[in-house]
Amino acid sequence: MGILIDESTKVLVQGITGRDGSFHTASMLEYGTKVVGGVTPGKGGQEVHGLPVFDSVAEGVEKTGADCSVIFVPARFATAALREAADGGIGLVICITEGIPVLEMLGNYHYIRKKGIRLIGPNCPGLISPGKSKVGIMPGHIHKPGGIGVISRSGTLTYEVVYNLTMKDLGQSTCIGIGGDPVIGSGYIDLLEIFEKDPDTSGVVIIGEIGGEDEEQAAEYIKSSISKPVVAFISGRTAPPGKRMGHAGAIISGGRGTAEAKVKAFEQAGVPVADRPDKIPELMKEKLGS
Amino acid sequence: MKIHEYQARELLEAYGVPVPPGKVARSAEEAASIAKEIGLPVVIKAQVLVGGRGKAGGVKPAHSLEEAREVAGKILKLTIKDIPVEAVLVAKAVDIRKEYYLSVTVDRSNKKAVCIVSASGGVDIEELAVKEPEKILKCYIDPLLGPNEKALRKTLSSAFPKGLLDQAVEALLNLYHLLVDKDCSLVEINPYAQIGESSLIAADAKINFDDNGLPKHAEVEALRTAEEYSREEIEAKEAGLSFVSLEGDIGCIVNGAGLAMATMDLIKLFGGQPANFLDVGGSSSPQKVLTALQILTRNRNLKAILINIFGGITRCDDIAKGILIARDQIDLPVPLVIRLIGTNEKEGRALLEQAGLEAASEMTEAVKKVLEQAKAGV
Repeated sequence: MGILIDESTKVLVQGITGRDGSFHTASMLEYGTKVVGGVTPGKGGQEVHGLPVFDSVAEGVEKTGADCSVIFVPARFATAALREAADGGIGLVICITEGIPVLEMLGNYHYIRKKGIRLIGPNCPGLISPGKSKVGIMPGHIHKPGGIGVISRSGTLTYEVVYNLTMKDLGQSTCIGIGGDPVIGSGYIDLLEIFEKDPDTSGVVIIGEIGGEDEEQAAEYIKSSISKPVVAFISGRTAPPGKRMGHAGAIISGGRGTAEAKVKAFEQAGVPVADRPDKIPELMKEKLGS
Repeated sequence: MKIHEYQARELLEAYGVPVPPGKVARSAEEAASIAKEIGLPVVIKAQVLVGGRGKAGGVKPAHSLEEAREVAGKILKLTIKDIPVEAVLVAKAVDIRKEYYLSVTVDRSNKKAVCIVSASGGVDIEELAVKEPEKILKCYIDPLLGPNEKALRKTLSSAFPKGLLDQAVEALLNLYHLLVDKDCSLVEINPYAQIGESSLIAADAKINFDDNGLPKHAEVEALRTAEEYSREEIEAKEAGLSFVSLEGDIGCIVNGAGLAMATMDLIKLFGGQPANFLDVGGSSSPQKVLTALQILTRNRNLKAILINIFGGITRCDDIAKGILIARDQIDLPVPLVIRLIGTNEKEGRALLEQAGLEAASEMTEAVKKVLEQAKAGV
């Protein structure tokens, strides 16, 4: 089953006529995702990969019944695209775009939440329910259907971990890249809550990194509310304080957000933390008791 | 992005927050003439982006023009935490009765701007937050509704006496507007100083900007100082790479920030020390790999280089092409270990094999190998 997306999810691509939007639309179609159209204001009526392009999300939703949108527009248009998706009747919005100013995201976050819409990202690779649907930019072939949920702040590190899981025969229910920005639409807790209820998910892998306190809060939440096995990995143990490590959100500031504090929080919550990506499958198998 | 105190003061002034009279000087002579213009006594402050300049002797008072010249001359010769002081702020010395703290920043957890207020200013606020958290007051601002003046006033009234409250409220609103208008990540006044009976003034100022906001604000970008980043970091940024220098001797070129950090961590786990963080980003062109190798090989401590690529948007054949171009153009002084996996892996490996290079497919294997080669080279 997996969570959030499956074979029936109908996807609109915002920014489908752009280079990235067009490229990844082809890759999603190839994976079997039900992409039903795209949106680029002013380019309505065109076609991309045989799909109709609409001028607005509202029009796209009306004509295709889309329930999910994935955003590939450049950062300067992303706030408008996010709000348009929220106003256009989309229930699940995935924002791949990197570089949205954090103050714009504060407004976007509350705007979207108030409407009861779920946002994944921004600055994320998207999500995939292996064998069913991929809404994002990850290489589909490294995934394998199964029972492990993955929640990650990273892109390529997620691929690394998923690759290791797949090699050790631990397939995935849904893998979600939540994004590397300081302010993101859905955090660990939002998604852990859904994974806990998903009958097809037997365990969850969390891939965190330095910066912020989301991992610490997730550890608390797991202790109190999650019965399924959880295994974690934290990157940035060697990152110096005060320096932004690529991701806008990956920075140790004022002594907070260190890898050490996050590892400690997880361990105290009974969540084993792998010291290298290729140890995650072992730890998960131990937790699952297989 | 960070800016100097003198630049931050100018922005505060433009937003109606009073600051003591003062100007920036780049020579002892200039400092003396500013002191003459604004009147004695003055305080002379080193303009560097690192903290702890007071302890390093970078902040000194001067009571005569002669003293101003002498003190400024001395400070301009200082090097604070490896940063040579190139400018000083000459500001009118004010008689401070009490020091407060005022700032606006972004709270990642609550996803709102937060105003932080304290009647115990002039100290390290992060230290205060740990030792005496009850002395710190907070008030959140709803990003959709904007500031609620009543709520701000209520928070401020616990820190400021009645006679100063109106000024503090106005200042805090101005800080918030500055934060939003310019996409700042922090606007801080510490100390926010009481002068005489009834006025408040920003005796020091710190403003940081969200790098993601900079493309919107050319006027902010123009304030950038070379000091914040090394020459290599600036060069990397211009080439679309994300790069941070570290102390170790194993150079890393990785695609993706998370994987780049995990690669550094793995090097450390196996007993090595990473020389840098380097993310070549998505859709990596061969040119980026070349630039990355050029930047890395300038490091004289370097003993070996590891290229770790998990192709997603990044194509392994592009990376391989970059490696081959680099091999033709630069003389690699240290061993190179390559790990390639993912999109177009086969094509990438084929290119490397033709040139007599091999690539590992597992990250752990590649890290072990690069450490062995670094050791063998010593």
